[in-house]
Amino acid sequence: MYPEEFRYTKEHEWVTVSGEIATIGITDYAQQQLGDIVYVDLPRVGDAVMAGKTMGSVESVKAVSDIYSPVTGEVVEVNATLAEAPEKVNQDPHGEAWLVKVKLADAEEINRLLSAAEYQSYIEAVQR
Amino acid sequence: MRYLPHSDEERRQMLAACGLESEADLYRQLPPEVRLERPLELPPGLSEYEILDYFRARAAENVAGYPSFLGAGVYYHYRPVLVDVVLSRGEFLTSYTPYQAEISQGTLTTIFEFQTLMCQLTGMEVANASMYDGSTAVPEAALMAMRLTRRERVVAARTLHPEYLEVLRTYGRSQGVEIEEFGYDAELGCADLEELAGKVDERTAAVILQRPNFFGVIEPVREAAEIAHRRGALLVVIFSEAVSLGLLAPPVEADIVAGELQSFAIPPSYGGPFAGVIATKERFLRQLPGRLVGQTADAAGNRAFCLTLSTREQHIRREKATSNICTNQNLIALAATVFLTVYGRRGLRELAEQNLAKAHYLAGRLPRRFSGPFFNEFVARAAARSPEEINRRLLERRILGGLPLGRYYPELADCLLLCATEMSRQQHMDAVAEVFSGR
Repeated sequence: MYPEEFRYTKEHEWVTVSGEIATIGITDYAQQQLGDIVYVDLPRVGDAVMAGKTMGSVESVKAVSDIYSPVTGEVVEVNATLAEAPEKVNQDPHGEAWLVKVKLADAEEINRLLSAAEYQSYIEAVQR
Repeated sequence: MRYLPHSDEERRQMLAACGLESEADLYRQLPPEVRLERPLELPPGLSEYEILDYFRARAAENVAGYPSFLGAGVYYHYRPVLVDVVLSRGEFLTSYTPYQAEISQGTLTTIFEFQTLMCQLTGMEVANASMYDGSTAVPEAALMAMRLTRRERVVAARTLHPEYLEVLRTYGRSQGVEIEEFGYDAELGCADLEELAGKVDERTAAVILQRPNFFGVIEPVREAAEIAHRRGALLVVIFSEAVSLGLLAPPVEADIVAGELQSFAIPPSYGGPFAGVIATKERFLRQLPGRLVGQTADAAGNRAFCLTLSTREQHIRREKATSNICTNQNLIALAATVFLTVYGRRGLRELAEQNLAKAHYLAGRLPRRFSGPFFNEFVARAAARSPEEINRRLLERRILGGLPLGRYYPELADCLLLCATEMSRQQHMDAVAEVFSGR
């Protein structure tokens, strides 16, 4: 379910790193909890994001939830297709519906995040 | 709701339950210097008939029926009797904001009608369910523009209603709005576009322009929009005289239109309650403050209405809401809706034409201060007598004069702002001209 090569946060974001670029999204568990997503509010290219701080929000028919950045750095790309098709976050949260790409300020930061197994047991504990 | 005061026995029991001796013990933690150590200076209670007598006496002090040439944000228009017939129905008059909104399909239907009418009038694609009034709609529009552009400065015309500008400054102090003003053309009385162009830069979130402006002059919306858009700023168009929208082209070049609806059957009554509105383009919808009613279908497929996009609002989004306005001015907005329904598209145009014709008749007999095109309000220079003296003499003739402008614009201390509407009669307008001329 949760890709081994990703890292996760307790706020239900995932991140995967290639070189110095981190790709960030929200987890399948997060999209299930939110229900039908109707709008995604993302930072802009060039914005600075900080680990643990809000960088945007996802809006479903009943709620708006903040998206917290798992890492610190500068936004280099945002997933523009989500503006027209926010439902992709429900359909493919770990793939096509990535949210932003961030140029990492500190490559070590990622090691402090949860592994797939740790995240899996975290959400199982939350659900109990 | 009945008001039932507590008995002494009940007070004693409540204090005992709290383990306190006296009421004063409740306030012990307050330092003595902030306490009022004496009873409030309130008159003793009155009986019902004494209260009625008092208010009848106050009502008798009103100068009802005097013709008025005062405008300046509050206009003297006819109120069709149908307005109060609808407003005084219990379903509208006494019902508070529906918390389970969809239960109140009637209320939601009227709000949906209101939003539709506002879009038709302003040329915008979406309008909210109303705001408290025009003055508070101005800073809400400014903050909206700041969120949309992620910039923190607004450039506001000096010809914006001076009290709207004050409300903008009040909001600005706590919300971090940087406000810069630009002046007006001393001949035309409309915005100085050259000065505006010099003040709009890549930090400007919005240009704020009122049409007609405080002097009654029609501002060049299209040119202002070009200046704003060239630098990535938005144009916010404000209106305080809503009847003008019956005749002027909708300000479609604007990004946000906000204004005051008092002209639509809302009585002046000491300055309120009024109703305001904000309308905008659909792409800016998520930053629009206030409630929105949408059309949907119920379980049986029937047309129905619902509150929509509530996730922008405070009761769901808490401190991240687009605004801390979490209600709307429903009963007053309903007056505007009924008014517009009574007049209709053609009726509103005819009404606006009458306003235009009468104001231009009056202006033709007075020394106009500005030469720019105007709707139902204009600035006249008081040459033979001071503005205050003119008003005093008009009052002797049981006529309410205009607004002396020196209070807001020291450079216009010899000027009066005058307004004529469909209510103005020729004999009274001629009387104004006579007093102006010094005869």
